[in-house]
Amino acid sequence: MIDPGSPLLSVEHVTVSFSGYTALDDLSFALAAGAVAVLIGPNGAGKSTLLDTIIGRVRPASGRVMFKGTDLRSVPEYAIVRLGICRKFQTPGVLDALSIEENLRVAVTRRRGAWHALRAKPTAAERERVDEVLEIIGLSERRDALAAELAHGMKQWLEIGMVVASDADLLLLDEPAAGMTHGEAEATARLIRSLAGRHAFIVIDHDMDFVEQLEAPVSVLNMGRMLAHGSVDEIRRNPDVAAVYLGRPREAGVARA
Amino acid sequence: MRRELGLVLLLAAAACAPLYLPSYELSLLGRFLALAVLAMGISLIWGTGGILSLGQGVFFGLGGYAIAMHLKLAGADPGAVPDFMQWSGLDALPWWWVPFRNPAFAIAAAFVVPGAAAAALAFLVFRRRVSGPYFAIITQALALAATTFIISQQQYTGGFNGLTGFKSAFGFALGDQSTQFGLYWATLAAVALTFVAVRALQGSLFGKVLLAVRDGENRVRFLGYDPLPFKVIAFAVAGVLAGLSGALVTLDLGVISPAMFGVVPSIEMVIWVAVGGRNSLLGAIVGTLVVNFGKDWISSVFPDLWLYVVGAVFVLVVTVAPQGIVGLMTSLRARSPRLGPATPPALVE
Repeated sequence: MIDPGSPLLSVEHVTVSFSGYTALDDLSFALAAGAVAVLIGPNGAGKSTLLDTIIGRVRPASGRVMFKGTDLRSVPEYAIVRLGICRKFQTPGVLDALSIEENLRVAVTRRRGAWHALRAKPTAAERERVDEVLEIIGLSERRDALAAELAHGMKQWLEIGMVVASDADLLLLDEPAAGMTHGEAEATARLIRSLAGRHAFIVIDHDMDFVEQLEAPVSVLNMGRMLAHGSVDEIRRNPDVAAVYLGRPREAGVARA
Repeated sequence: MRRELGLVLLLAAAACAPLYLPSYELSLLGRFLALAVLAMGISLIWGTGGILSLGQGVFFGLGGYAIAMHLKLAGADPGAVPDFMQWSGLDALPWWWVPFRNPAFAIAAAFVVPGAAAAALAFLVFRRRVSGPYFAIITQALALAATTFIISQQQYTGGFNGLTGFKSAFGFALGDQSTQFGLYWATLAAVALTFVAVRALQGSLFGKVLLAVRDGENRVRFLGYDPLPFKVIAFAVAGVLAGLSGALVTLDLGVISPAMFGVVPSIEMVIWVAVGGRNSLLGAIVGTLVVNFGKDWISSVFPDLWLYVVGAVFVLVVTVAPQGIVGLMTSLRARSPRLGPATPPALVE
C-alpha cells in the first residue's frame, strides 16, 4: 500500500494556533524511514508543538500529518502510538510507581488491550527484548528498583529505553540529553546513531555539542516556520539563524560559531 | 513466603472463630468481613486506579436488593405479592420482580446488575475524560439520587424501610446457628477469594497499567494504551465486589434499606479504606474491621459521639498517616531492622 518512494512521515502545511497565538505557521516537514532529523530553534519556536501535533496531543487547525500513508488527524493518541510513533517527553515521563523492568514491559508489548493485559504473560520475545534494552541503557542491575528512585539522568535513559523498546518506526525525542552529564549525553548520541536505520528519529535539543554528535541534518524552527535546513556547519554559518539567536547566544550555542 | 504463611494462619484463625467467639461478636465479625469485600474493591479503584468513588453504596444496595427481592418472594404465600406491596394497594407483582423468584437468577443478578451499572457509569463518565474530584461528586450525587428514588417508590421497593422480614434463605432457616456458621464461612471464603483475585489483578500487566493510569493518564496514552477500558473494567470489578458484599450483609442482617447505602454510608466506606491504607488490600480489610468494631463499641458507650470520632479519625489519617495503619506499620518496621526487611510503601499489599 505504501509507495516506497513516499516518506515515512510528512507534515503538510500544518497550522496550529492557541487562542490567537500561532504556534505552527503553514509548516511542512518530511522524514524518510530510518532517517534522523534534528530540530533546533529558540524557545517558543514551535518545536515541542510540532511533536505534539505528530503524536496527536494537539490537532492542527489546517493542514495534515501523514504517517505510513495514514492521515493522523482523526486518529486517537493511543492508536497513533500503535501505528508506530513513540515519544519521549521533555520532562521524564517514566511510570514512577512501577519498577524499571515493569516500565519496559509496559512499553515493549504489542498487545495493549485491557482484556489482553488481564491474561497476558510476557512472551519469550518480549522478555528477551526487555533484557536487551536493560543492557543498552545500563540498568540491568537495578531492574527491580522503582523508577521513582532513579536520578534525573537515569530517568531520561529509562524513558529513552522505553521509547526504543516500543520498536516504533518513528521515535520522537524531546531534549533527551537535558540534565545529563557530558559523558551521558555522548552515550545518548552514540545510541541514537546506532539505532538510526532501524528507527527514524526526530530529536529536539538546545545543546549544539550534542546535536553535532548526532551527525544528522538540522532544521531550524522560528516562530512556527522552518527557517533553515542543513548540516550543523551550514547552520552555524547561516546569518539568518545567527540573527534569530542574537541576544540569546548561550542558549543554543549557534551564534558562537 | 513468610508473609503468605502469616496470611494462611490468619485465615485459619478466622475460620475457627465460631469455636471461640460469642454469637454476637461472631455475627459482627461476619458482617464486617462481608463489608471488607467491598473495601477491597475500593482499594482496587482508589489505591491502584486513583479513582475516588463516594457512591460505592449504590452497588452494595443493588446486590442487597437482588437477594432481598428473592427472599421476599420466597417468603410470600404462593400467588400473593410481598406484604409491603399489599399495604400499598398493589395486587399484581411488577414484571421486573417476577424473575427474582428463581434463586439462581437472583444470585446472578446480585453480581451482574451492580457490575453492569458500575461499568455503564464508568464508561459514560470516563469517556468524557472526567476524573478526580468531579467523578467523586458525580458518584456522591448518584448515591443521593438512588436512595431518594428508592424511598419514593415505596410500592415497588419497600421505601424507607427497605425489604425485611425474611424467614429463610435458599432453604436455610435464617435464625439457626448452623445457618449463621454457614454464612460466616461463606463470607470468609468470599474474602479470601476476593483477596487472591484482586491481588492477581494488581500483579498482572493490567494492574501495572492501571497503576500507571493513576499517576498520569496521558503518559499511558502515549505508550499506546487506551486508559478507558482499564478504568471501566476496574470500576466494574469494584461494583461486583460491592454487590457481593451487599448480598452477604443482607443475608446476615435480614434487611436491606436505603439508610444502609446512602451518602453517609458511602463516605464511611471510603474512610475504612483510608484508615487501613488504601494502597494495601490487607489494609482495606484491617481498616474495615477496626473502624466498624470501633463504631460498634463507641456507639454503645457514647451513642452521639460516633460521627465526630469518625470525622476526626479521617482528618488524622489524611494529615498524619496517608498510607493508613498498614503504612504506619511498614514505616515502624523500616525503623527497627530487627523486625524484618523494610518494604517500600508502594509494594505493600
